Amino acid sequence: MTTEHTPTPAASRVTPSGGTGSGLGANPGTNRGPDPGTPPGANAGASPATAAWLSVVPGLGQYYNRRWIKGTIFLALAVLFAIAMTAPLINGIWGLITLGDDPAADDSRTLLVQGILSAIVVVILAIAYVLNIKDAHRDAVRRREGFAIPSVRKAFHDSWEHGFPYFIVVPTFILLTMIVIFPLLFMVLLAFTNYNLYNSPPAHLLDWVGFENFVQLFTESIWSRSLLAVMAWTVVWTLVATSLQIALAFFLAMIVNDPRVRFKKLIRTVFILPWAVPSFMTVLVFAAMFNDTFGTINRDILSIFNVSIPWLTDPTWARIAIIFVQVWLGFPYVFTLVTGVLQSISKDWYEAADVDGGTRFAKFRYITMPHVLYATAPLLIMQYAYNFNNFNIIYLFNKGGPPVPGQSSGATDILISWVYGLTFDQNNYKMAAAISIIMGLVVAFFAFYQFRRSRSFREEGMY
Amino acid sequence: MKRTMKSNLEVSGIYLIILVMFAVILYPLLWAVGISLNPGTSMFSAKLIPDNWSFDNYNWLFNDPRSDYTLWYKNTLIVASFNALASVVMVGLTAFVFSRYHFVGRKNTIYATLLMQVFPVLMGMVAIYLLLNLVGLLDTFTGLVIFYTVGGLPMNIFLVKGYMDTIPRDLDESAKMDGAGHIRILTRILLPLIAPILAVVALFTFMAPFMDFLTPRIILRSPEKYTVALGLFSFINDKMGNNFTRFAAGTILIALPISTVFLFLQRYLISGLAEGGTKG
Repeated sequence: MTTEHTPTPAASRVTPSGGTGSGLGANPGTNRGPDPGTPPGANAGASPATAAWLSVVPGLGQYYNRRWIKGTIFLALAVLFAIAMTAPLINGIWGLITLGDDPAADDSRTLLVQGILSAIVVVILAIAYVLNIKDAHRDAVRRREGFAIPSVRKAFHDSWEHGFPYFIVVPTFILLTMIVIFPLLFMVLLAFTNYNLYNSPPAHLLDWVGFENFVQLFTESIWSRSLLAVMAWTVVWTLVATSLQIALAFFLAMIVNDPRVRFKKLIRTVFILPWAVPSFMTVLVFAAMFNDTFGTINRDILSIFNVSIPWLTDPTWARIAIIFVQVWLGFPYVFTLVTGVLQSISKDWYEAADVDGGTRFAKFRYITMPHVLYATAPLLIMQYAYNFNNFNIIYLFNKGGPPVPGQSSGATDILISWVYGLTFDQNNYKMAAAISIIMGLVVAFFAFYQFRRSRSFREEGMY
Repeated sequence: MKRTMKSNLEVSGIYLIILVMFAVILYPLLWAVGISLNPGTSMFSAKLIPDNWSFDNYNWLFNDPRSDYTLWYKNTLIVASFNALASVVMVGLTAFVFSRYHFVGRKNTIYATLLMQVFPVLMGMVAIYLLLNLVGLLDTFTGLVIFYTVGGLPMNIFLVKGYMDTIPRDLDESAKMDGAGHIRILTRILLPLIAPILAVVALFTFMAPFMDFLTPRIILRSPEKYTVALGLFSFINDKMGNNFTRFAAGTILIALPISTVFLFLQRYLISGLAEGGTKG
């Protein structure tokens, strides 16, 4: 579906990188204006440099190329934007820099939101502006090379034909910018303000405080201790819970796959149940089951042995309980993946091993393990990433509790649930934002891994 | 003789392990069912096997004037349907473009989407709240649907793109030779082939609002707009013990259809996930 085999003038020309020169992204310039009176090659003397320089005022470069309608559209858009957007954009940027100066009239949060949006719009306009200059330059080059300028109808047809990817991708990206990128930018900026419960709009104005929050996070004992404790638990939680769930799943998949075991279908269906039932429900059910006073585990099971364990109030027991719940929830997914791979391993491998007198362990070590790991490794790594950010289970099970004296975090709080608690329970937005940035750096590491493993990355050059 | 003896012992061991796992898996689920059949609302007197069975709690959910359960269910159905519809259209189109077209900035847009996929949306909840407030979409279903659809886009796009990449390009190349347009190639040639993975996307995006209590908790303010997960969560949020029997009854009614669909489609889901996941 590339556009290489359409050598019409307005068509794209393949650049060495494999991309095409057609289309302009967000730029309305994909509506190619007509110039019916210009025969091919008539303006062989057109100068690309002049065209580019003229389009410093959008539209003039296009006029120079005799693309009257396109030039008019560009010029009109430029004038419209200049008139309508200059004041709000300047206001927005002003708000972003000062965060307001009159507590009665300005709400710093709104100014921050508007400021970020203005900055995003400025970046988009800047890109459109550069594309406008490039467009004039390219058209002039084309004119010099003797390409004809297309008719109105053909121009519109071409713009649908070659602009199609942009019609889809640009709106999608604008939405993604609003819902995904903008909130991340907002969070990053909050980390450099003094926004907390005691200093919050609309009663107070926010101020930029530089790296003060980070300094606090690392030097004040309540924060540095909490940060250290939460980081340590996040790592332990991620590694232990995920590894256990993988190990259990691997083991179960192996024994169920044994040819001597019957009722395989029934067994597998039951083993998938924890995955099939919404975790929203099961985690809360577990929370009730582990409840210290009325939970069934203390009341009905452990009472047989006359013990009662403070599952939700003792840090260590709470951690053990929550890891157990996650293993219960998480093993079926891995179990299913591994089962799929086990069934696809050819029997020849094992028969050959039998002929050579391979032991059972040797068969596992040199045939089963490599097959399974090769096929599932990326998905297993993503399981670690998933648990690193597994907010639901932590929050629903015990809200990160039990509380720990001298810390702002609970004993089972991982980074993301701590951030949530700081934001919505303690309204300490600045610290929540600072911690988010640290978390973002860790997540970026996973992102890097995902980049490398992804096929769309490796096969980029193929089509 | 010795050999069969050893083998039998092994098999018994395997069955024993499987039985233990059955108990561990089924106990919480059966316990929830048992609790929901207890009369009364208190956890303190509730038992796994109630002395006198009753459907009181289910009855209460549907028939008591103080219960908003049916309203919540309706709200969730609305949000879920629009989310599934919007997601399938947007994901299908974007994945199609990513998989089949070359355009300026393709590589960068793919990188950006990949990167967005890994940052938890939760990190930006405050900003989402302020943004929706600014444009007047706070406490509306529209706001919730937009958030769900767009928030899920990056992941779903790669799921579908990965699947689409495995479909030979010759098919749409030849359709293009025959003069088919962009949309025609997508709807006539590719759509039937990618239907399985789009069904997965539709199913996931449809189910998400039934299970997510967090986003509605931030976006929705008025109780008559609650989705079912948020409503049920508010049952037990303050005091775990007090409403647990009703909560159990309410969640079982969500879990039943979801688990059934899931078990029926599991093979389908797994192959789709594995393919989209490893080839994305």
